[in-house]
Amino acid sequence: MITVDVTYYAMLREQRGASNEQVQTEATDTALLYEDLAARHHFRMPKEKLKVARNDEFVDWSTPLRKGDRIAFIPPVAGG
Amino acid sequence: MFALSDKPIAEHSLLRDCTHARAGALAVFEGRVRSLNQGREVTQLEYEGAEPLAGNEFAKIEDETLRRFDVLEIRCVHRVGLLQIGDVAVWIAVLAAHRGPAFDACRHVIDELKQRLPIWKKEFYTDGDSGWINNP
Repeated sequence: MITVDVTYYAMLREQRGASNEQVQTEATDTALLYEDLAARHHFRMPKEKLKVARNDEFVDWSTPLRKGDRIAFIPPVAGG
Repeated sequence: MFALSDKPIAEHSLLRDCTHARAGALAVFEGRVRSLNQGREVTQLEYEGAEPLAGNEFAKIEDETLRRFDVLEIRCVHRVGLLQIGDVAVWIAVLAAHRGPAFDACRHVIDELKQRLPIWKKEFYTDGDSGWINNP
């Protein structure tokens, strides 16, 4: 069990009802973390539509999770 | 240079500061809020961005663009917050010795920015409805 910091944006923030939280999880990588949270909160967004960032850099879903990591889930972007 | 700004973009003063002794060309792109999107009348929209992730990702775009095109400098400001029709949502400037690379690099930057930066847009419509773009 480790504690990580999770930030949600846009659509996902609205689904979660919060922009940021500390999460205790058994997940060992970012994919498993999302699956854990999606199950807890019934997110209607499949992982395939999202990107993930760890400590302010985009990473791939198989990136291992460490205690204290700051993870952000990135819904489909629409800048510009 | 990159910034997310929750205040109106001061495009005139940004322009005034775009000087470089070697630059024979300055290409500028302004992305503005328009009133019609996919057949729906828009009243306003809201941008949200993730920092410092956006800045970090823009730094990569900037780096790639400087390597790929013969240009001197790239600057970009993107709004966050509530915007009205006609407001400048994103401002990009490219300084180069010559116009070809300036135009090409400017286009490249906005194209990459739209694909990669962690920025989201919520549109509000005249019928009272609203929605996040690309997130039906």
